[in-house]
Amino acid sequence: MSFLTISHLEKAFGSNLVVKDFKLEVEKGEFISLLGPSGCGKTTVLRMMAGFERPTSGRIRIDGQEVTGLKANARNIGMMFQAYALFPNLTVADNVGFGLKVKGVARTEREARVAEMLDLISLSDMAGRFPFQLSGGQQQRVALARALAPSPRVLLLDEPLSALDAKVRVSLRNEIREIQQRLGITTIFVTHDQEEAMSISDRIVVMNAGIADQVGSPFEIYNRPTTRFVANFVGTLNTFSVKVEDSNLGKVRLAGQALTLPGGFASSGPEMAIALRPEALRLGREPGYETVVMGRIEDVHFMGSIIRLRARVAGESVVMDTFNRADQPPPKPGTEVEISLSGKDAIILRG
Amino acid sequence: MTRFFAWSALLFGSLYFLLPLVGMTEFSLKMRRGEYSFDAYRRVFEDPRFWETFSYSLTLAVATIVVGVFLVAPTAYWVRLKLPQARPFVEFVTLLPLVIPAIVLVFGYIRLYNTSSWLPMTGSAFGTDILLTMGYTTLALPYMYRSVDTGLRTIDVATLTEAAQSLGAGWITILGRIILPNVMVAVLSGAFLTLAIVMGEFTMAALLNRPAFGPFMQLLGANRAYEPPALAVIAFAITWGCMGLMQLVTRFSKHERAKA
Repeated sequence: MSFLTISHLEKAFGSNLVVKDFKLEVEKGEFISLLGPSGCGKTTVLRMMAGFERPTSGRIRIDGQEVTGLKANARNIGMMFQAYALFPNLTVADNVGFGLKVKGVARTEREARVAEMLDLISLSDMAGRFPFQLSGGQQQRVALARALAPSPRVLLLDEPLSALDAKVRVSLRNEIREIQQRLGITTIFVTHDQEEAMSISDRIVVMNAGIADQVGSPFEIYNRPTTRFVANFVGTLNTFSVKVEDSNLGKVRLAGQALTLPGGFASSGPEMAIALRPEALRLGREPGYETVVMGRIEDVHFMGSIIRLRARVAGESVVMDTFNRADQPPPKPGTEVEISLSGKDAIILRG
Repeated sequence: MTRFFAWSALLFGSLYFLLPLVGMTEFSLKMRRGEYSFDAYRRVFEDPRFWETFSYSLTLAVATIVVGVFLVAPTAYWVRLKLPQARPFVEFVTLLPLVIPAIVLVFGYIRLYNTSSWLPMTGSAFGTDILLTMGYTTLALPYMYRSVDTGLRTIDVATLTEAAQSLGAGWITILGRIILPNVMVAVLSGAFLTLAIVMGEFTMAALLNRPAFGPFMQLLGANRAYEPPALAVIAFAITWGCMGLMQLVTRFSKHERAKA
C-alpha cells in the first residue's frame, strides 16, 4: 500500500469533465510533479487532494486514511500557492506559527518550531517583518515555512514559482527540493514548466485533457515518451518520416540512409514516423554514430553554453543542439553540413 | 486664468460650507448679552437629559455596530467567496433602507411587534431597545455593507481562505483572525458612519418613544434659542472627532501602509 493513493479520481464542472479516471500511487518522501498545459486538470487534481474541490467520483487515501470526504482543514496537508497567500496582517513569525496556533500548540513549543522553520529558510532576521516588506522570493519562502511548520503529511505546491523572476525561480526550486529531501516529506508539485518539473522531481505525471498520459522518472519521460502528446510537450522534437525495410529487424531508411531502430519497434506499414531529440543530432562526422545525412543550416541561435542550430534535413526543418567551444565558431546559415545520427536514439511515435 | 477660477471655486465652496457653521457657532456663544461666553454650552452640559440621552444613544450605537459587523462581515465574505452571482441581489437588499423611509420601517415594526402581536417587543423597554437596534442596523446597512465589501476587495479572499484552511483553521478562526483584521479599517469606517447615523436619528427613536439623543435635540430646538446651536456644534465636534479617529487608526495599523 502506497503512502498516497489516488484511484479513479474524476471531476466534472457541469457537463465538462476536467479530470478523467486519474490514478496515482506515491511513496513516502517522493517528489512528484504534475506537468501539463493550462487547462489539463493538474491544478484540479491538486485542489482535490487539498480538499478545496470535491471529486465527482474516486478516492484519495493518505497514509492509510481515507480523506476523500474530509474537509480541507482536517487533512493535515501543507500548501503553497502561486500568489504566496501570506496573511497580510501577521508578521513573518506569526504567519509561520499560524498552523501551530490553530492546532493549539503551547507557546514555547510554537516559538521553538517557528525559529527552527525560519532557520530552515534562512530568514531568521526577518521574523518581525510584515509580508509587504519582503520580496517575492522571500514571501514564497515564508509560505513554504508556514506550510511545513505544522508537520503536514503531504506538501502540495500549486505553481509556487510562476510569479517569481527567472533567477529567483531557479534558486528557490533548488531550495524547495533540498528542504523536501532533508525533511523527507511527500510532495506534489504542479507546474506547466517542463524544465522545472524535470530538474527537481523523482517522478513526473504528464497530464493532457484531464488524463494522466504518462507517469515516470524525468529520464523516462524525456527519452521514452509513450504518447505523441508527451513527446511533443516535453522537450523539442524533430520528426522524420522513414521507409520501413524490415520491420522485424527494425531496419528503416531515412533520406536513403539505413538506420536500425531499437528492438522490434518498427511498424509493419511501409512508412512510419520517428523522432530525434535536438541533442541526438551531431554536427559533423562523429565516431560511434550509425549514419550521416546532409543538411543545410538555416538559422543559428547562440545561447551561451549551448548553440541551437536549425537545419533542413531530408525536406524537414530540424533543430539540433551543440555545445559551445571557444576554438570552433558555429556554422553560418546557408552552409552545407554533415549531420550524424543513430537509430538507437530514435523515439517511435504512436497514438 | 484656470488657476484663478479653480481658486475662486474653492473659496466659494469653502464659504458655502463654513459660513453657516461660523454663524451658528457665533450665535451659540452669544447667550450672554454683549459678550461671548460658553453659557449655552454650560447649560447643555448641565442638563441631565443631555447626558442621559447621549449615553443612551451611544450605547445603542455600539450595539448597532456590533450587530452590524456580525451581520455584514460574514455575509459580505460569504457572498465574495461562494456566491459571487448573488452580489447584485445582496447589494440591492442593502440599498433598500435608502429607498424606504425610516417612518415606514418603524410603522411596520410597531404593527408587527405591538403588545397584542405574536412577538410583543414593544411591551418592554428592553424589547423596544432591541427593536430600535435592529432598526438602526437596517438604516446603517448600506454604509456598513459597502465599506466592508470595499475592504474585502483589497485582499485575495479566496486564496487567503484556502491557505488558512490548509493550515487547519475553521470558519470562525478564518473570519476572526484573517479576514476581519485585514478589513479592520473598512469595518471601522463603516462603524463610524453607523455611529454618526445613530447619534442623529430622530424618527425611529421618537416613534418608539425611547429617550435618544435625536429627540432630545429636537425638543431643545423647539423650546430654546441658544442651546440648540451649541448642541449642533457639539454634534459636529463628535462627528469630526470620529473622522479623525478613522484616519488615526489607518495610520497606526502597520500592515495597512502597504496599500496606501
